[in-house]
Order: sequence, then structure tokens, then C-alpha cells
Amino acid sequence: MRIRIRHETRYRYDGPVDYAAQVVRLTPRDHEGQRVLSWRVADGSGRMLSGFEDGYGNRSHLVTLARRHEESSIVVTGEVETADTSGVVAGAIDPLPSLYFLRRTEATTPDAAIEALARAQEGVADPVERLHRLMLDVRARVAYEIGSTSVATSAAEALARGRGVCQDHAHVLIASSRLLGFPARYVSGYLWDGSLTGPAEASHAWAEVRIPGLGWVGLDAANGVSPTASYVRIATGLDYADAAPVRGIRRGGAGETLAVSVEVQQVQAQQ
Amino acid sequence: MTSAFDEMGEQASPRPAYTGVAAWLAETPAAALSAKLDEAELIFRRTGITFAVYTEGGDPERLIPFDIIPRVLDAREWSVLERGLAQRVRALNAFIADVYGPQEFVRSGKIPAPLVLHNPGFAAEMVGLRVPAGVYTHIAGIDMVRVGPDEFYVLEDNCRTPSGVSYMLENREATMRLFPDLIRRHRIRPVSHYPEELLGTLRSVAPPAASDNPTVVLLTPGSYNSAYYEHSFLADEMGVELVEGVDLMVEDLVVYMRTTRGRQRVDVIYRRIDDAFLDPLAFRPDSALGVPGLMAAYRAGNVTLANAVGAGIADDKAVYTYVPEMVRFFLGEEPILKNVPTYRCSEADERAHVLDRLHELVVKDVHGSGGYGMLVGPHATKAERAAFAEKIKATPDRYIAQPTLSLSTCPTFVDNGIAPRHVDLRPFVLSGRDIKIVPGGLTRVALREGSLVVNSSQGGGTKDTWVLDG
Repeated sequence: MRIRIRHETRYRYDGPVDYAAQVVRLTPRDHEGQRVLSWRVADGSGRMLSGFEDGYGNRSHLVTLARRHEESSIVVTGEVETADTSGVVAGAIDPLPSLYFLRRTEATTPDAAIEALARAQEGVADPVERLHRLMLDVRARVAYEIGSTSVATSAAEALARGRGVCQDHAHVLIASSRLLGFPARYVSGYLWDGSLTGPAEASHAWAEVRIPGLGWVGLDAANGVSPTASYVRIATGLDYADAAPVRGIRRGGAGETLAVSVEVQQVQAQQ
Repeated sequence: MTSAFDEMGEQASPRPAYTGVAAWLAETPAAALSAKLDEAELIFRRTGITFAVYTEGGDPERLIPFDIIPRVLDAREWSVLERGLAQRVRALNAFIADVYGPQEFVRSGKIPAPLVLHNPGFAAEMVGLRVPAGVYTHIAGIDMVRVGPDEFYVLEDNCRTPSGVSYMLENREATMRLFPDLIRRHRIRPVSHYPEELLGTLRSVAPPAASDNPTVVLLTPGSYNSAYYEHSFLADEMGVELVEGVDLMVEDLVVYMRTTRGRQRVDVIYRRIDDAFLDPLAFRPDSALGVPGLMAAYRAGNVTLANAVGAGIADDKAVYTYVPEMVRFFLGEEPILKNVPTYRCSEADERAHVLDRLHELVVKDVHGSGGYGMLVGPHATKAERAAFAEKIKATPDRYIAQPTLSLSTCPTFVDNGIAPRHVDLRPFVLSGRDIKIVPGGLTRVALREGSLVVNSSQGGGTKDTWVLDG
């Protein structure tokens, strides 16, 4: 499938800001089932941003604006060719050994409720089946509700609340997978939902779990499926903080309004 | 405890290195020494050297007591230490490079993989980044103790932002002013070129793209930091700018310093800010001390940070136990310096042994520093030992244990005259294209009688440290 993406992040400040900086992780890379045909990360004036690679192998860009301004934007455009691999991610850039992804973070520290959730499928011997059920359990226990949590919400908090967004589903699944001894990581990306009813939901997040014999396998607890050709995989890390599409800071200004528009559409294959 | 090895020996028949000092002590009345001690305090107050050695918290305005009797090492003793220190720091740097690179040490099973990969000191932000000359700990402070004439041990390695070198320099200055005659009677290897060697080291690891005359700055958390005196002192001595986070900015992955004449490109940052506060876009988002985008510029290879981010993986107290193996693995040499025999509480049989013998061991939190979070078994009460045993059982990975060493003593001027007090030694090892070690280092002394804790937060002082010329 050929997917075209346009992702604009617009900052509007309440009052002038003297300095602002952002690190963005918004560039997909090639692996089996994903080929980047064209990609561009630019500021509002169309100037290409300076890129670097982080420790996870995520292609990243830095934006700094050291003069007085009241708004700024980052525009990402590109096309990706995808194929369904049943969720198996092979050939991706993987600088860290999988054992690293058993590490706990603040957002993914399990509590008793997460432990109970993780152990519920203990009787299932086959790891694929077991993790699949775990994913469905996470989905059943955390109802999808926009605005119910924030980027600072931990897995334990989201599970206790019983509501969350894709980021929370990913965190809960990661925390419980690690508890069972499966290395797990956070993935941010895009999802073409086939109907384009909710463009705001096109930015997506899910988990990847390392399964013996298969390697890294994507599990999207928010939708209860493994990623398909409709998914574009962007950045990975231990949790949201590592793979966050944008991390920003500013000096001055009373507040900010962040407007994000994401358009993901399927490009008809040319004959 | 058996009586400790005294570095001077009997005053009547001193060890050779101390002949001059012993004679001087014999001929100088206590009242004269006491007057010199007051004078020393005035000198230090005037210089403004008031900070806790290492990051120990406490009152930053407190004066660390200076003991006026120097500690002396002879040329032969030093030459062994010097070779051993250079070897050890080469191995530590090779280990850190390996941790963030091919991970052969882990892969060959020389160290448990979780101890590295799940260690709070491991920084994923460093994976795959190649740093100039493969050096991560450019300034290392190696804490040594001595238990016999030829028996030195490394107590711990400080690979992040070791401090105290300004005391080493100021202590020598003070001795030269207080006791010029005593100095003249000895051939003491100088230490005053340390700032020059430091600057040379920092310049030697500038990024490949930097000019032949790279710009070095010293990044401090600011004047509220307990080691601010040392930061401004070293910047001054090196003739480089002392900057805070707000004085630096990153644009197009290049670091610039704001100056009155516009901005200037920065090539090497000697940073005295902890990793967590360096860059709010990479680490703690609430850090106001750091430079947004610094890690991006670092990853792009446009700036060198000294010490490197993530160097702390090498000075974890559990990782310490593997340093002799690092020397063998990376250098193919036998370690010249010995580790203190250390029990790992993470291993069941060693833990059982530790719990059995708490009354004779020192137990340390692997992530603690400054003498906090430790149990000195022989000095602890039964209740304290019982409480600590519970902590060890709850989180065994967090603790290591060592025998209580009988640290050497040096004559020290205390309230009731001259008396032996326990000492340690922190030499500073500079690694750039070459390794440089200024002779000696900082001697810390436990001023309380019988105390083995030399940390300034726990009543420790410092001494001038002499290395005699052959």
C-alpha cells in the first residue's frame, strides 16, 4: 500500500517568546514491509531541518528559534510504501540488544493491578497466543477515550482509571509484557484508518514485543490487532518519552497552543 | 583491628621519604604549628575556597579543614601508582566505548548483561556515538587507599565529574606560603601545571571539524553549586570562558556561546553539570541548567562533552568489581592496581557470607556516594546492622560489601598535638590523545580519631600531597 502523509505541528504562543527549541522524531526508516519513497521535514518557511540519529536509531531533527516570535511550525510530508508482515518487524535498525527493553521506566513501572493482568493468561503456553490475549485484555480494561489521560500518565494510572488513548494502551501492554520477561518497546507512527473519519487519530502508538523465534512483533492494543499495511512505523524507545514525536521547550511567553494536523491518505497504485 | 600502617613511621626512625618532615616536626614547637594552622585558615578564607569535596551536599560555605602536615610519596611508590592508574583508566575508557559500541565485554559473558543494560548509569542516548579518541572519562578521579608499605588498593573510580582538584592545587600553594623552608629542603614534583594539562587534554579531543584552535568552555550549574569555586578557579586558570546553560545555544546542530562580540562556535565543553540536567530535550525536561539541543549537536559530532554522557556506567560500585577483568580483556595486561576484595550481594552465596559477617564488613549502596547509604559494620550497633540486613535482603542488587581495611595513617595536627589519622588518595587522571597524571593528587584525612571516613561531609579534611623526585 502506498501512503501519503502530511503532518503539521503549529505552535502559537500567548505573547512573544525569545527562544524555543524542539526535537522531533518524525521520520520513518526502511525495514521489511516499509519503504520510504520520499520524506521531508521542514520549518514553516520551508527550510529543511538539521537531522541526527538518536541512540535508538530514530532519525531526529532539531529546530531552534533564537529570536522573538509568536508562532512557529514544523511540516512533515512524505510517502511510504507498506506491506502486511503480520506484525513481524524485520530488518529495522536496532542498535540496542533486546534485553535492554526489559528495563523499567517511570511510565512503565508495574503495580499489583498490572501484575494481575499480566499473569491472567499464565496458563497459555504459546507465547504468541499468550501475548495476543494479553493485548486483548489490555484493550478490554482500558476504554479508548480522548482527553482522559495526558502524556505524563503512567501505565498503572491508566489501568486504574480504565480509560486512555493509544499511548496508554501501549504503556500497559509494555509494562505487563516486560513483567512476563518479554522485552517490549514503544512505537510511534501513523495509521491510515481506511475511512479518514478522524484525522487527529492518524498519529498513533503501539507496542512491539520480542517473541522467541519470531523477533519483534507489533501489537496494537488500542485496536486489538497487529500492525498491517495501514501502519507507518516512525520511532521506538522504552516508552513515550523516548519516542515522542515532538519534545519542546521555550523561554518566555505565558502559554502556548499546539495545533497538530495529520493527513494520512492512501495513494492509488499506478498501473 | 590491628594497628594501621603509618606512612611516616616512628618519628625517631622515619621511613626515608619522611626524613625531612619528621625532622621538621621534631624541631617545630606545637605553638608555632598552631599559629601556622590559623594562618592557613586565613589563606583559605581569603581565596574563598569553600566547597564540599565531591557532590556531598551540606553547607557550601563550610571550609574544609586543611591539615598543615604534608603527605609524602616517594618516586618509586608513585611510579607504580602512575603506571597502574594510566592502565586502569585506559581500560575504563575502553569499557565505556565498548558498552556504547559493540558490547563485546557483555557478549563474551565477562559481566552480566543486565548489570550493564539495566543500570541507571547506562545511557541509551550514547549508543552508536563515536567520540574523539574513544575517550569518555577525560577527567577521572581514582580513590586509592593504602594498607601497607607496598599495598595500595583502588577503593572506587569516579568517572563522571570528579571534583577536588582545586584543593590539590590550593593546598600546595598554601604549603609553599606557610613553610617555604620546608619546601626548599625537598625536591617535590610540581602540580601547578594541572590546568595547562587539563586544557591540553580538552583541546586534543575537539571534534574533527573544529579549527586548529578549538574553543573550550567550562559549563557550570551556577554559583549556587557547592563546587562553583572550583569551576571558576579552573576556568580562570585555563583561560577559558566559564558559562552557564543560558550562555550557550544550539543552531543547526552547532553549539554557540553568546558573547559581547556576537556568537562564537564552541568545540569542547568541560561540563560540571550532571547528565540528567544537560539538555531538557533529551533528559529531565524541567532542567533550567542545561542547553536545549545539546545532545543533538553531540550526536551530530559537532561538539565534545567532557566527561562524556553515560560515563557513569563505569563507576557503578557493582561494575567496579569487574575492572580488573576489563584490564585483562581490553588491554591484555595484568592489572597493576588491585581492587579491594568485594562481595556482590546480588550473588546468593556471597550475600549469605555478607549477612553472616556484617560486623566486620563495610556495605555500600552501589548507587550511593559521599559516604552516605553505607554501613560500617564494626562501628555500627547491633540494631543498625539488623536494619541494614533487611535492606540487603529486600534489594540485594543494590549492595556490595568489602572488608574494613586498615587504612594507612599520616601524622596530622589535631587539638592535642600531632597524632596519626587515616588517609586516602585521589589522583586525577587526564585522558585525551595521551594520558597525563599530575604527580600525587588530593589526600583526604579523617580528622576524628580512629575514623575511617575521610569524606568532607563526615568530618574529613585534606592534606598537601608530595611526590618526591627520585
